[in-house]
Amino acid sequence: MTLSKDEILRYSRHLIVPEVGMEGQLKLKAAKVLLVGAGGLGAPLGLYLAAAGIGRIGLVDFDVVDFTNLQRQVIHFTKDVGRNKIDSAAEKMQALNPNVEIVKHEVALSSENAMEILQDYDLVVDGTDNFPTRYLVNDACVLLGKPNVYGSIFRFEGQATVFAYQGGPCYRCLYPEPPPPGLVPSCAEGGVLGILPGTIGLIQATETVKLILGIGEPLVGRLLLYDALGMRFRELKLRKNPECPICGEHRTITKLIDYHQFCGVPQHVPQEAPKQESKVTEGEIEVTEVKEKLDRGDKFVLIDVREPHEHQICNIPAAKLIPLGEVGRRLDELDPEADIVIHCKSGMRSARACGILKAAGFKHVRNMKGGILAWSDQVDRSVPKY
Amino acid sequence: MPKVLIPTPLRQFTAKQDSVTVPGATVGEVLAALTTEYPDLRKQIFNDEGKLRSFVNVYLNDEDIRYLGKDATPAADADTLSLVPSIAGGAHGERPGGKH
Ligand SMILES: [Zn+2]
Repeated sequence: MTLSKDEILRYSRHLIVPEVGMEGQLKLKAAKVLLVGAGGLGAPLGLYLAAAGIGRIGLVDFDVVDFTNLQRQVIHFTKDVGRNKIDSAAEKMQALNPNVEIVKHEVALSSENAMEILQDYDLVVDGTDNFPTRYLVNDACVLLGKPNVYGSIFRFEGQATVFAYQGGPCYRCLYPEPPPPGLVPSCAEGGVLGILPGTIGLIQATETVKLILGIGEPLVGRLLLYDALGMRFRELKLRKNPECPICGEHRTITKLIDYHQFCGVPQHVPQEAPKQESKVTEGEIEVTEVKEKLDRGDKFVLIDVREPHEHQICNIPAAKLIPLGEVGRRLDELDPEADIVIHCKSGMRSARACGILKAAGFKHVRNMKGGILAWSDQVDRSVPKY
Repeated sequence: MPKVLIPTPLRQFTAKQDSVTVPGATVGEVLAALTTEYPDLRKQIFNDEGKLRSFVNVYLNDEDIRYLGKDATPAADADTLSLVPSIAGGAHGERPGGKH
């Protein structure tokens, strides 16, 4: 393998660094990296890995670009809204560096296809956004003996490390199990500083390039924590757990398992999920019926259990704001005999609030189906979605 | 008293504070004092049997207490405890249209 005259010019600033040089640039060109996820972390990763001249970059994604992605997923542009992320990302990467081969795997990574997809690559970069896929990527990497460059983000905080490098600690050594769904409030807790995935994704890109070049000290056996608000990096020791079910001494996992079951979450439905699929179930009320109740002047209490900062974005003026976290201790503000309707953004948190009220003996509690998003769709289009 | 660093996802249970100082001579005592002062935090970090949940790691300075003395690990006033929960995020949370 050699570099063309054009490539020598393109990679000039690598070639004149002694630690990279011609030998290193050829290592990058020979490397095959799989990038799982073309979202927040995948955006900077895809661009910089392509720019760096990684020979083959595989992309795994089956999502579609939407407007809420543009605040951070800088590989996708406004014109790409509605396109498949994989096409949008591959186009930008190819335009940035035509010398790079981009392989598109437009699938949801699963126990059925993961081994086959991963085995063609030297190294895997985890830029996914959910627990089932993270455990799947981890297990497949451990079983195949491939390093897994990990990054994860939440609001203003990020974590990064390299798992399964030369028999080193894996994701299950760090966290044997995922949190059960709904315990850590995800709906209320969503959101991320748009720049954060850039910072963490580029830490992953840095580790990827270092591992390929074989230079420096890899982020192995260390969990890097980044706090954007305090602008602090901290490092914690990450040890191999002798009891780890997949990389420990007494392994109980020897092949891929059902990760949705393991994480207790329903299967991710690819592409456009049917929107008006379900009927109103017991304890639910349609937004249109709530509107009718308001118009008729029915005597009932409408409660919004979102957070105050969400209430500022949009609200139904008749609703009383009691954030979910405060519902339990503010029950005395409510009449257990009253007709109560609860709403949140999409119906998840309000369902939990309904449960709290019912457990406390409230008799007439209903969940407004689809939350304020459904209200915006079906009742008042002037209400912005977020 | 040892300092406990509270990560973003758990700050809603500690009156939005990012660090809390609570008494205790061992990690177990510090965590007990912490969850007594902030009862809503208890369910987040302990399971029904009162054991630490497997997706919340506790570090004494930079070392995982699983590889020290677990709950019995001595904690001095100068020590810092970190709660580090598992986070999955790569990009998005709840999206318009309800698709995750
Ligand atoms: Zn392991």
